[in-house]
Amino acid sequence: MSALEPTKLDRPRASRDWSAADSGTARSVAAALRRADLGDRLRSLALAAPLLVLLALSFGIPIVLLLSRAVYDPTIADALPQTSQALAGWNGTGLPDDAAFLALAADLRSNQAKGTAYELAKSLNARLPGARSQVLKTVRQLEAADRPPLEVMKAVPFWSAPGTWPVIESGTHSVTSFYLLSALDLRWNADGGIERVPPEQAIFLQVFMRTFFVAAAVTLATLILGFPLAYLIASVPKGLAAILIVAVLLPFWTSILVRTAAWTVLLQKFGLVNDLLLWLGVADDRLDLMYSRIGLIIAMTHIQLPFTLLPIYSVMRTIQPSQMKAAYSLGAKPFTAFRRVYLPQVFPGVMAGCLLTFIICLGYYITPALIGGASDQLISNFIASYVNVELNWEMAAALSFILLVFTLALFGIFARILGLDRLKLV
Amino acid sequence: MKITKARLFAIAAATAFITSGHAAFADELSIMASGGAWQDAQRKAWFEPFSKETGIKIIEQEYLGDLGKVKAMVDTGNVPIDLVTVETATVLQGCDAGILERLDYSKIAPREKFIEGSALDCGVGLDAYGDVLAYDPNVLKEAPTSVLDIFDTTKFPGKRAMRKFPAQNLEWALMADGVAPADVYEVLATPEGVDRAFKKLDTIKKDIVWWDAGAQPPQLLASKEVVMTTAWNGRIQNAIDKDGAPFKIVWNNQILEYDMIAIPKGAKSPDLAYKYLAYISQPEINAKLASYITYGPVRIDAASFVAPDALPKLPNAPDHMTAYLVADTEFWGDYGEDLVKRFNAWLAQ
Repeated sequence: MSALEPTKLDRPRASRDWSAADSGTARSVAAALRRADLGDRLRSLALAAPLLVLLALSFGIPIVLLLSRAVYDPTIADALPQTSQALAGWNGTGLPDDAAFLALAADLRSNQAKGTAYELAKSLNARLPGARSQVLKTVRQLEAADRPPLEVMKAVPFWSAPGTWPVIESGTHSVTSFYLLSALDLRWNADGGIERVPPEQAIFLQVFMRTFFVAAAVTLATLILGFPLAYLIASVPKGLAAILIVAVLLPFWTSILVRTAAWTVLLQKFGLVNDLLLWLGVADDRLDLMYSRIGLIIAMTHIQLPFTLLPIYSVMRTIQPSQMKAAYSLGAKPFTAFRRVYLPQVFPGVMAGCLLTFIICLGYYITPALIGGASDQLISNFIASYVNVELNWEMAAALSFILLVFTLALFGIFARILGLDRLKLV
Repeated sequence: MKITKARLFAIAAATAFITSGHAAFADELSIMASGGAWQDAQRKAWFEPFSKETGIKIIEQEYLGDLGKVKAMVDTGNVPIDLVTVETATVLQGCDAGILERLDYSKIAPREKFIEGSALDCGVGLDAYGDVLAYDPNVLKEAPTSVLDIFDTTKFPGKRAMRKFPAQNLEWALMADGVAPADVYEVLATPEGVDRAFKKLDTIKKDIVWWDAGAQPPQLLASKEVVMTTAWNGRIQNAIDKDGAPFKIVWNNQILEYDMIAIPKGAKSPDLAYKYLAYISQPEINAKLASYITYGPVRIDAASFVAPDALPKLPNAPDHMTAYLVADTEFWGDYGEDLVKRFNAWLAQ
């Protein structure tokens, strides 16, 4: 043992020394390379720095700030400091003690004095329908001050109703899951679990499903129309191909609003499409193409066609016709040659085109508003309505956040299956 | 580089020029209105005469009647508009949310000189308009006699258009379901009343085409997309008078409302805004709008200044005031938000 020990120790040490020396050189070379690389990278980064700063300032920060409103809503917590304190020891079941009622009365009065009562009423109302008018009513009665505050509070049944205090308590935390849950038609129940909202309030899951369905249908339609057209453009002589490409691009350069308006002219009840169908005898009555799902998909397909077609075409252009000829000469039937030689090569372009169209479709807003009916509105229409009409920016942020997560997840899945480097966008 | 006297002088001159340029631009009043025939009428009746009289240039902007854009301006402290035209319900919403300025009526006109409900804390009435029913007699052989006929799909089959908003539609639904006009808002304030109104709307839901902008109803009628539509009376009259459209207006059960104008918080030139508000609130000026679009004045004492040929087409003309409802602004201030939410959920289902 003692005789063996030195050798046993020696050998590894020797080899370690050797490899250390070797890897030391390798490492220094690698480090030198990395340093050189880093220099290069920094230089190119410095060149791109103005763009990156611009992106961060004009794009990144606003998005993060807006999305943060989905989970960060300090309105109630800021408006009810005394109530928050009084509720600190409350176990969350039944009614809190009179001190909490008094604290709330005091907070309501101070909000009225500061002019923030409405903001509070609105925030509470978003979580507790009906709270708006109750808050304002109670504030008015507290102002009158002909009765002690506690009596006023107890006289309004709303403040002693079972669901009221848990919502107030949850509102005293600035970080909230309320809006994100609402965006998925969920809510907290009284026992602290998550439940579905009642059916007459549930809309968003349905709208998300509808958005994905319309996006998928449009993607499929553009693929069916775009693939043969891309093949045609890739296989005709250059001059003709250029004319066809311009024909594809011309509408692409026209604003979406203009193209949508043009479709309303075509699709309306006494419009050209209906006239044509009647004249051809395809339909025996005028079809309701406007304000319908089918009209929406037709118009969106037209607008999205170039987005699907161009990536497919750019890949098709690079495939040598000789490959197909080689496949025929080896005995492949046309379909087999197409399936085994052509299709695998255009696949990345097809996937890229479809992904592009699908993701753009998820954000459609103008076309559904103008051509779709009430039940064809996509999620962006709801986001717009929350931003513009209802002024509930928290809800808009939550819906945007969910849409963004869905979209990124989808992109991630595609990238995973295909490998990002194989996605050929242009 | 040496800064010479000449260079300094040049810089000073340039600065003076730029600042004086600003001073010259200061007499500008930026007004956001909701476009279309209504904005054209305001331009002729008020904007242009006001500019001529005072030398204040009016910059017009258009928007679709929602406050989101204004809220964004107020929140970021960058308010490039001085006045915005809004609906009554929006005035209350914007007033409560601190988006609109509380008005000082001593700078405008005595408040009691306005028709009841048309002079609010944060908004002054511009005109009175009617939510009416319009149809094309060439399409509908039998004439509807009341706005409530929109619920009768057996007598009047075909698509009908209504505004994509709960206000007015819920009131009409209740009236069509047999609620007396005087009780409408009382019933609508109860959950059962709301259910009842939506149930009535359910009966025609699949026949409704929804409109957002005031310019849409005449278009929908003209393209024969719908056989009848609810509308703001002025837009329909405008299509009849200017475009020779054959449309007819049904006044029975109309809902009377007011257009309002308000100052956003943090507006650049509130003084000019008040000057404009005082100008248009004079009875003879207030009455002038009726010559360009068939919306009635809101000044009680303005009726005698309305052009005689315009009078019979106004929503508050005596002939049209037989069966009508005045929109309850307070009710919509209190319940609007919840009803809009419910309405949107109902639409999406």
